Amino acid sequence: MMILKMKKEDLPAFLESAKQWGELWGPTTKEEQTAYSKVDGLSQMDLKATRTMIPPKKFLYPPRFTMFDFDEEGFVERTGDVPKRILFGLHPCDIHGILIMDKLFLETYKDPYYAERREKTLLLGHSCIPDDKCMCFATNTDFVAEGFDLFFTDLKMFYLVWVGSSRGHDLVRMRADLFSRNLDKNDILNYTEYRKWKTAQFKAKIDLTGMPDIFELGYNSPVWDELAEKCLSCGQCSMVCPTCNCYNVVDEVELGTVEGTRDRFWDSCMFREYSVVAGGHNFRDKRADRLRLWYTHKLQAFIGEFGKPACVGCGRCVSTCPVDINVATVSKALKEQEVGK
Amino acid sequence: MKKLCVVLDEREVQDNPFQPDMWRIVRRYPLTSDVNFYQARPVDVDEALKMNYLPGQFIMLSIPGEGEAPFCISSTPSRPGLLEFCIRKMGTLTSSLFDLKENQTVGIRGPYGNSFPIDKMEGKDIMIVAGGMGVAPLRSLLLYILDNRDRFGKVTYLHGAKNPGEMLFREEFFQLKERDDLNCLLTVDKDDTGKWTERTGLITTLFKELGPIDSKNTYAAVCGPPIMYKFVMENLVKLGIPKHQILMTLERRMKCGVGKCGHCAIEYLYTCIDGPVFTYWDVLHMKELIGRGVSDKVIA
Repeated sequence: MMILKMKKEDLPAFLESAKQWGELWGPTTKEEQTAYSKVDGLSQMDLKATRTMIPPKKFLYPPRFTMFDFDEEGFVERTGDVPKRILFGLHPCDIHGILIMDKLFLETYKDPYYAERREKTLLLGHSCIPDDKCMCFATNTDFVAEGFDLFFTDLKMFYLVWVGSSRGHDLVRMRADLFSRNLDKNDILNYTEYRKWKTAQFKAKIDLTGMPDIFELGYNSPVWDELAEKCLSCGQCSMVCPTCNCYNVVDEVELGTVEGTRDRFWDSCMFREYSVVAGGHNFRDKRADRLRLWYTHKLQAFIGEFGKPACVGCGRCVSTCPVDINVATVSKALKEQEVGK
Repeated sequence: MKKLCVVLDEREVQDNPFQPDMWRIVRRYPLTSDVNFYQARPVDVDEALKMNYLPGQFIMLSIPGEGEAPFCISSTPSRPGLLEFCIRKMGTLTSSLFDLKENQTVGIRGPYGNSFPIDKMEGKDIMIVAGGMGVAPLRSLLLYILDNRDRFGKVTYLHGAKNPGEMLFREEFFQLKERDDLNCLLTVDKDDTGKWTERTGLITTLFKELGPIDSKNTYAAVCGPPIMYKFVMENLVKLGIPKHQILMTLERRMKCGVGKCGHCAIEYLYTCIDGPVFTYWDVLHMKELIGRGVSDKVIA
């Protein structure tokens, strides 16, 4: 892959020129909560923040949107009102999350709503500063080699810029004067040093090796019931997880007419109604069954299917779950057959 | 482990897989007190022969404003042009569907799902075991086999219902009994009419009448209420039919039918694209597949 070098002080000028392509969005922090916001430039962004509360999936797959308008005659597709966006500051785990979403939404029956947003969004990654909740070293998502248009690795004075797509290359060419192809020995040394530094930052204790077997063995483990005692079925874990893709669909009717919209919105398998079928039978009426489904899907099933976990180690479940149920505590509880305090 | 079976038809896949096409109800009549039978054809008649499906597949059916849910197809692709399905009054959507009149329209998209493995079943003896609403998807398979009779070996059809009034397609099966290339055995748990001429007792009592079975050369297809599975499976395994040749079709909540919404997930499988037809062997090692109850009506 093409790797270029850019002086750090040139980033604002680059982003300014990139805005010709579309709206610029980046991480901003307000009252200790980080979220992607539409920004004018670099000065408004918080590139030191470790994670946004909601992952960038919300741009490709909004929490709620209209799929069809309908009347008696039938259904008319609603598309086209999606702005062109540049997302700046995505971390490797975020990009790995989007790669998993791509697999789910773009392969075998392509989802046109996701595809349109993906097409109209440029992903510009940025290296990150791990904190004690980051688990990407255990999911092998601490670095990323594909999925982005550009990726900026911060090496103090310079950025090394990975060019991941033709569209990313177009952005570079708009300000070709800011980039250099001349990488030297020092750049390699600095990059090696950076990788060493990043790897040393992880504090979380988590090891996911052998998880598929441990899940299989622990299918009937009382650990699930103990965890279910604590779980509130609030579904926040699904909302903040970069790889949770489940959704529900409802028809909203204009009062007194037969016209309306067919809307799609985020759902969670932690919710009681998730597996209820007509007539009222619930395939997962016990909270323990629903918890097990969530974690089985992340740490066992996806590995069987795609050879890697559906967890990208972003740590959002760690920072969000009000009762401390997350990938780290669940995998530990299953291995030690004991729910930690 | 690899995906069990995802075969996408070569037919042109629509740009928007969620887009329902409008179909007209051309015929409707009651099968029992709470189950209606429907025939539908596309509003755009030119589309009628393009609906290409296999027994065991399902469709997503919607009424604008009421919602959308999966339903299995009861008709056979060997009689093209029309889709047939059975609807039991269960929830809000099925109540609206139940009240649909002839000439009204509904949204339909599909077909979806893996279907019965017809190409593997050809040349083999076939045993179909239907209980209650379970006949809905199995009728598609049975009629398909009868329409291509010379491509299959011995065909046995076992059908159980609670009582004569609850037996779906009763007249149809009494006619099929006349055929000499089909062993059709019907039973009711209880005869409350005094006029029932066939067997009385649970469906498992029919197994005693089967005679010799070439078990290794037999495919069995089962669908019925949860309680039926346990005993029927026992009987089929006792007959010596290999577990991967015992087929069953499952029901789950679905919001998309195309592997996106997540609702029908069972471990790494989606009932909508990897199923709804699974083998008894799948069921044995996928704990959630059948553990907490099997449906009496396959899909919604």
